[in-house]
Parts: sequence; C-alpha cells; structure tokens
Amino acid sequence: MSISRRDVLKSLAMGAAATSVLRTIPAQAAEYAHRMVAAEKAAATVYAPKFFPAHQYKTLQTLCQTIIPADSDSGGAIEAGAPEFIDLLTSENTEYQVKLGGGLMWLDGTCSDRYGKLYLDCTPQQQKEILDQIAYRNNAVTDPSISQGVEFFSFLRNMTADGFFTSEIGIKYLGYIGSTFLKEFPGCPPVPGL
Amino acid sequence: MAQVIRSPKTYDVCIIGSGAAGGTAAKILTEGGLNVVMLEAGPPLNPEKDFKEHVWPYQLPHRGAGVGGRASADFGEFLAPNGAWEIDGEPYTVAPGSRFRWFRSRIVGGRTNHWGRIALRFAPVDFRARSSDGMGDDWPISYDDVAPYYDKVESFIGVFGTKENISSAPDGVFMKPPVPRCTETIIKKSCDQLNITCIPSRLAVITEAHNGRPACHYCAQCGRGCISASNFSSSQVMIPPAQKTGRLTLITGAMAREIVIGKDGRAEAVSYIDKATREERRINARAFVVGASACESARLLLNSKSAMFPDGLANSSGAVGRYLTDSVGSSGYGYFPQLAKMPAHNHDGVGGMHMYMPWWKFDRKNDFLRGYHIEFGGGREMPGVGGFDGVCEDYEGYGAGLKQKCRDMYGTFIGFAGRGEMIPNEQSYCEIDPGTVDQWGIPVLRFHWQWSDNEIKMARDMQETFRDIVENAGGTYYWQVRPDGDHPYGIEDGGVIIHELGTVRMGSSPKTSVLNGYCQAHDVKNLFVTDAASFVSNADKNPTLTIMALSWRASDYLLDQAKKGNL
Repeated sequence: MSISRRDVLKSLAMGAAATSVLRTIPAQAAEYAHRMVAAEKAAATVYAPKFFPAHQYKTLQTLCQTIIPADSDSGGAIEAGAPEFIDLLTSENTEYQVKLGGGLMWLDGTCSDRYGKLYLDCTPQQQKEILDQIAYRNNAVTDPSISQGVEFFSFLRNMTADGFFTSEIGIKYLGYIGSTFLKEFPGCPPVPGL
Repeated sequence: MAQVIRSPKTYDVCIIGSGAAGGTAAKILTEGGLNVVMLEAGPPLNPEKDFKEHVWPYQLPHRGAGVGGRASADFGEFLAPNGAWEIDGEPYTVAPGSRFRWFRSRIVGGRTNHWGRIALRFAPVDFRARSSDGMGDDWPISYDDVAPYYDKVESFIGVFGTKENISSAPDGVFMKPPVPRCTETIIKKSCDQLNITCIPSRLAVITEAHNGRPACHYCAQCGRGCISASNFSSSQVMIPPAQKTGRLTLITGAMAREIVIGKDGRAEAVSYIDKATREERRINARAFVVGASACESARLLLNSKSAMFPDGLANSSGAVGRYLTDSVGSSGYGYFPQLAKMPAHNHDGVGGMHMYMPWWKFDRKNDFLRGYHIEFGGGREMPGVGGFDGVCEDYEGYGAGLKQKCRDMYGTFIGFAGRGEMIPNEQSYCEIDPGTVDQWGIPVLRFHWQWSDNEIKMARDMQETFRDIVENAGGTYYWQVRPDGDHPYGIEDGGVIIHELGTVRMGSSPKTSVLNGYCQAHDVKNLFVTDAASFVSNADKNPTLTIMALSWRASDYLLDQAKKGNL
C-alpha cells in the first residue's frame, strides 16, 4: 500500500472512516520508530553489556527477574529487556555506575561475609534471606549495617520497574490502551458508582 | 573575530525569535505587505522527523529517559525539541540566596512546539491590578483593547472550550470541547459538591478541521509535537502562512547579540552570531520586533549598550530586567479507589486536561490577594519512566506481589497543580552577570528571586483545596508539604512553571516602564517587544494566548505606522 503522508492528513481532514486511518498512520509511525531502533535490533542476537562485567550483568539479570518475575499473565523483567535498559543508562551515567556497580559489589561482599559465597552461588534460601532484608527501609533502622544495601535495592527496584512497565509486555500487562487515532474521544465508560 | 559581515539589504522589519510572539508578528506583518527577516537561535524544525508522536517507550533504547537517564529532568525524551533547563555552552547564573530555573528552547517555534496548549484570556480585572487592590501596577491598556485580538487569535489558531460567563475567566471563540475522562468525571462531581467551579478547559487543540489542519485524533501526545498540526505551534500555524507570502526570510542558527542604535536615535541593525560559522553578521531593518522570550528579550536590550543608552537599549527607565514574575506553582496528588475498578479503556483524549478549575473565590475575602486556577490530570496514561517510583517506594519488597501491586495501582492517581498570580517585587529581577559570557561571547543573565508572603499563603490555600477535593471524592491525599523550609507549602522555585515575564514591561509612564500599550519602546520608536516581557502583571492565566493577542495588536499598529510612512 502506498499512501503519502499528505493523503493521510487529507483523509483525516475530510473525516474519512476511522478504519482506513487506523490502518495507515500507525504503519508510518512504526516505520519511523523502526528506523530509530534499527541499529539496536540488528545487534539483538546476544546482548553485549556496555557497562557491567559478565558476572555483574548476570547478577543484575537475576535480581531484575526476582524483582519482577514472569507469571501466568506475562513475562518478567528479563523478557521485558529491563537489564539491557539499565545497562545502557548506566554506561552513560557515572552516578548510576557508582550506585549500581558499587551496589552489586556490596551485595557480593555481604554474601561472602555471611555465607562465604557470591550472591549467585548462594542457595535460594540465602538469597531470599538477604533480599528480604534489603528490600524494606525499616530493616535499615533496626540493622544499620545493611543501609547501603537498602539504598541500592530501592534504586534498582525503580529502574527495574521502569524497564518492565515501559516494555511492550509491561504495557500490555497493565492494560494501557491508546496512542492511536480516534475520530471521537469516547470518554469514560459506564461504570456503576461513577 | 573576523570583520562583521553586513547584509546589503535593508528589510522592513527584523523579528528576533520565532515563538508565540515572533510567529504572530511574522504572519501579520508579511500578510500586511512588509518584507520581514526573522532570526531564530536554534535549528529549523521538521515535524515528521523531529516529533516522536505515536512512538512507544520500548521503541527507544532509553525508553524515554534519554541518554544516561538525564532527559527525565527535562520532561523526558519524548518532548518536542529543543527545550531544556540547561543548554550546553549557554549558561545563566543565579545570585547567592536565590533559586531560579530558566527553561529555554532553541528551535523554530520555540516553546510553542511543546507547551501545554492552555489558552486562557486575562480577565478585565487582571489589567487593573493596582486599582483593584493597591499592589503592582495597572496596564496601560484594558481588556476591551485586547478582546478583539483574543477573538482574532482564537479564531485563527482554534481553541476549544465552553461559554460559562465567569468574570475571572472570560469566554472566547471556542470549538466544542472533548468529553470528560473518568478522572475528570470524579473531580467535577467532587468540585460541584464543594462549590468549586470546574468547567471544560480551554486548550489550543482543534476538535474540528480548521484552515487545512485536521482535527485532533486524541492520542494525548501534544507535548511531543503534533505531526498533523492539530494543536497550536508557531512553527506549524503562524510561520507557514508568513512563508506563503514570499516575504519572510527565516535565518536559523542566529543568536542575536545586540541591537545597534543609529545617530538619529532609531534602531538600525541587529548584530547576531551565525552559530554554524561563529561569525558575527549584521542585518539592517527599519523596525525591530523582539520576541526572544521574556528574559532573552531583556538580556538583548541590556546587552545593547551605547552612548545614548549606557544602561541598555530603551532602558532610560531602568525597568529592563525588573518586575520579573513567574506563576505561583504548588502541586500534589491523590489516590482514588474508584479508579481501581475501572476496566481497561482508552483514556488518552487530548494532550492535556479536558476540565479545569478557574479562579472561583473572587467574590469573597481571602487571606491573600489575587487568585489561582487548578489544572489536574492522571489516570490510565501511557506508562512512562518513573511512573512506578511511588508505588515501589510505598510497597517495597519484590516479586509477584510487587508486580501485581503496580498493576492494581496503575491509573488510580490524579495529580493537581495550582497556578497563581505573583505580585512583582523588588527582589525578583534579572541583570547581566558581570563575570560570565556564553560560548558566543554574549554576557549572560543573573537571576535574583524571592517569593513574598502573599504567594506562600496562596500555595497553602492550593494545598488545602487539593486535599478537600481528593478527600471529598473518597480518595487519599498523598502529598506532604511543610509550612517552612525552601519550598513552603510546596511552592516551586521561580521560573519552574515557565511563565516568567514582566522584564520589559509596558506602562503609561516612560519613567517606570519601557514600552507603551502597543509594545513600542518609549525611548526608541521603531523598537517593539511583543513577548511576555511586555506584561505588567502575571495573572493566573497561562501567558501564551495573551502574548499572541498583544503581538498581533502591536503588529497591526506597526503596519498602520508603516502605511503612514512613519517607519
């Protein structure tokens, strides 16, 4: 189908049937977007981390998937590309490099002290034990020795949520509907009590 | 620097800036038959290439956060180009003890590419501030002088709204507004119960085809720039008709440095830096319209020093840079359990609020002067970076429970933003920093800022009102503010609302003002400043519509003068 942008705009101006508009413009928008991410897609076979060394990146992936796991409704943070997103931003931001790179070192160091093993080598029970501590701010009040871990985990949790909920599967999971072309805005659907 | 390169041609008018003020002047002056040259400090705009309309976050490697996550501080990577709080190589400074932020845009169309499209008329009382309460100053013109130009601007650009006959919010020429979203239905009901006026908003978004521009298609992405030009931007609505006349010469990448005064006391040329070559060039014109944005316009005049005007061009009053104001801004948000029950549905609408609360307490005594309006929004918007920080902070933990909680909380918040009138004060102004130049060698601005008690009391009233509206609707108000500290009652720093204005104000006396009621300099008759620098007061109305009305009116006057041979 070969429709110029001018034709599309003209048909919009004339109030053409919504269906024809719906078919054409998103295709152009998609083409535009595809150009922008083409380079990224081309290299999408195996992601080579831009900042994190292999071991840290593997730990990051594991933590991301633990923060937002797959369930019966959707994939998790890894399927959503959250680790790649975090790695990319971290490679460009020295503050993130300290917070996340240093935070992962803190986690491995603390696991070594406690369990004699790096985080990834710990048993699931040990991993749960340390995460259950650093995942809640109040725990740092009772045990100040983990306060840096709490800060790290809080930061990583936000970035993981960003990575997941801005992904295609994350947006679908939330049920956002939009970014489309409507001839009329329908307003609020009828719901009892509203 | 090499020798200044002079253009051989003398234009009728040189316009500096291509935003709301410059774009309007370009349209009126070229259509009136004048030859116009326009200088824009940024690059040209190509909407189809530059706007990220209908792009999903996952189609960008940075998901909207920008390189290193830094775009989050500049309204995100999706924002129409090129607006930013900081521009590389073009600093500004803030005096010790002050806090001020300056959002600038360097591109054809300026900030109109991404503005909020809120198009509110000033009310009659807004032009008579001093007569009403003894503070500030009256404008030299009245609502009746500007009203015909509000009509012209609204008719040309297209604004939706409804006739309401509210004295604080005059009606205009309106297209039909979009129907309310669920969030707006809830808030409207709560406001009705509390006797707070809540009406359809007035936005420069067209809900029907207009002048060859297609109607809005309701994708909620106005801030990204609209490829179909279904909302207003100077670049897509004002400049094209000016170009169509064949009488507009648009020079991009041109950073104005100085307006040069002739021996006869008239402005005769503008010197600018061609950013591509770093050469200084000079253009001659018979008249000059400055619309570089309030603070850039003041900066240009202050930097245009001569024997005749040692304190800056047209600044015999000393008022240039003074009377700097911004809107009083304070915001908050609430959780609404009824929104959690909503089925998934398209909540997008236009790129902005469908309803708002104009100032409603004008009929009673308040513990502060002047008023504010309330903007609000939220609900099932396109998810974005940072959107779940609050939920993560509140619920903490990790795993399936956190994931589910994020979904439960998605779309259940409504945010509120008060926008109120600041009264000009002696401590808030901008001046040339004696020690700093930008990368073009042009001395930069230094800002001084202080809120007064009146604005802080207004912010307190906003916070109390937001809480009342949320709690009356059965929601939970989440925002916590302190009555003291750097931001009492959540009041934002100066400049943050991006309604800075007043720095080249008009007035009836040349001793206390720079311009007359036609935006014409008292001191230099062929110099006009038609952006928000010319405002005498900063009513609780977003300034863009009034900028366009004043610029249109000034341009009509300039055309009339030209016809009489007075240029």
